Amino acid sequence: MLSVEHVSKTYETRHGPYKVFDNVSFALRRGRNLGILGRNGAGKSTMIRLISGAERPTTGRIRRGMRISWPLAFAGAFAHNLTGLDNLKFVCRVYGIDYKPLVPFVEDFTELGTFFREPVMHYSHGMMTRLAFALSMAIEFDCFLIDEAMIVGDVRFHERCHYELFQKRKDRAFILVSHDVNAIKTYCENAVVLHEGRLFAFPNVDAAYTFYLQTLVEKPEVIEQWRM
Amino acid sequence: MATISGLSFFQSLEIQGRVLHALMMRELITRFGRDNLGVLWLVGEPMIFTLGVTTLWSAAGLAHGGTGIPIVAFAVTGYSSVLMWRNATSHCIGGIEQNKPLLFHRSVLIIDVFLTRIALEIIGATSSFIVLSLFFIFIGWMPVPNNLLIVLAGWIMLAWLGASLALLVGAGTAFSHLVHRLWHPVSYLLFPMSGAAFMVEWLPKRLQDVVLYLPMVHGVELLRHGYFGNVVRTHYDIGYMAKCCLVLTLCGLYAVREASRRVEF
Repeated sequence: MLSVEHVSKTYETRHGPYKVFDNVSFALRRGRNLGILGRNGAGKSTMIRLISGAERPTTGRIRRGMRISWPLAFAGAFAHNLTGLDNLKFVCRVYGIDYKPLVPFVEDFTELGTFFREPVMHYSHGMMTRLAFALSMAIEFDCFLIDEAMIVGDVRFHERCHYELFQKRKDRAFILVSHDVNAIKTYCENAVVLHEGRLFAFPNVDAAYTFYLQTLVEKPEVIEQWRM
Repeated sequence: MATISGLSFFQSLEIQGRVLHALMMRELITRFGRDNLGVLWLVGEPMIFTLGVTTLWSAAGLAHGGTGIPIVAFAVTGYSSVLMWRNATSHCIGGIEQNKPLLFHRSVLIIDVFLTRIALEIIGATSSFIVLSLFFIFIGWMPVPNNLLIVLAGWIMLAWLGASLALLVGAGTAFSHLVHRLWHPVSYLLFPMSGAAFMVEWLPKRLQDVVLYLPMVHGVELLRHGYFGNVVRTHYDIGYMAKCCLVLTLCGLYAVREASRRVEF
């Protein structure tokens, strides 16, 4: 069980405090999934950082009763003069598992060839993303955090991601964050919308979708109707 | 024992242990790479500094005046002490900014980043001190330490000072960029006052009272008392230095906790 309880996040800016969201609550049980929709700047990535624990909420708390992944395919934690293999060893050491049995999977998935043993700074963007995704799959998690914008690649890569994540690991929970309704509709059983610092919950994805379309064209009366 | 995280103390210790190991291996390669000497630079870098300073001070005849202290031993003990209280802090200063993305791994904490860098600096400076001392003792330019236990005590006190200062200043960077800006001039100015390049005994009484406010001076004096024995008259108060270190440690730990709450991307 993951529960986000009355969470607010405020950043200090040059124009005073800026509240990204206020008093947001939701929960996710093992094996379930949730889509979070929101326009650019609605606080989706901030939410991912809070859930992953990289940042702390200003008020409220987040309880993690399951192993939650780092944001899927996040390549920002790579040290640039470390090789792909070094980076695999690093995450394995952090999570306390043996890296050796994982090498074949990572080599196969990333298709890096000899570059697997070259420093990451010589990688293309696509190679970096493939490595980052493979490392996310190498560690066993109960719940994956997915920021759709981070998983950019060609069709083949997307197919393989899809297979690894939604077929081989379909028993796991995940939170998918996106501004693209299609992704949420395809993968999520339910969705919420982040809008103007609030979280709006709905009985099903279609209702969330309809509401989200309204936020895009800014219809205040519709937004008011769903305000909790 | 139950903790907030629901893990026992020993489970938490095990996690922290493996995180520190992971960070240390990562840090060694990111800092020194695999080319040429690689990880040996951890020891090589402080050695080159110490050798350079030793050469300069010998040429300048710094310890002259019938003090009976061999100049090489004076420089090696002095500059190695500076490395102990200064380097960990200098490396912890960029610690949060450079390692922030690692916080996406739930078990990696700010304190682990600092502890890794502190440990590496202490290992480097200590190895450099040992290697240089053995070498100079072997070729007869340095005497054998008079009392190894006192040398060790001085060294441990300097390590404690360096570690606590590193935690406080490193975490301080999360509160204000000024900390970053100010540390370099402060450490530069502290160097000549730290007791590395003089013995307290050589100073006029009024100046002695002033420099003895600095905790590092007590550490260097203790170290040299251990090294040279009663050839020199030393001035130190370990109780005072321990109190300073304790206050710095508590403030440092508090600052690290607060800094962890402030991390922003």
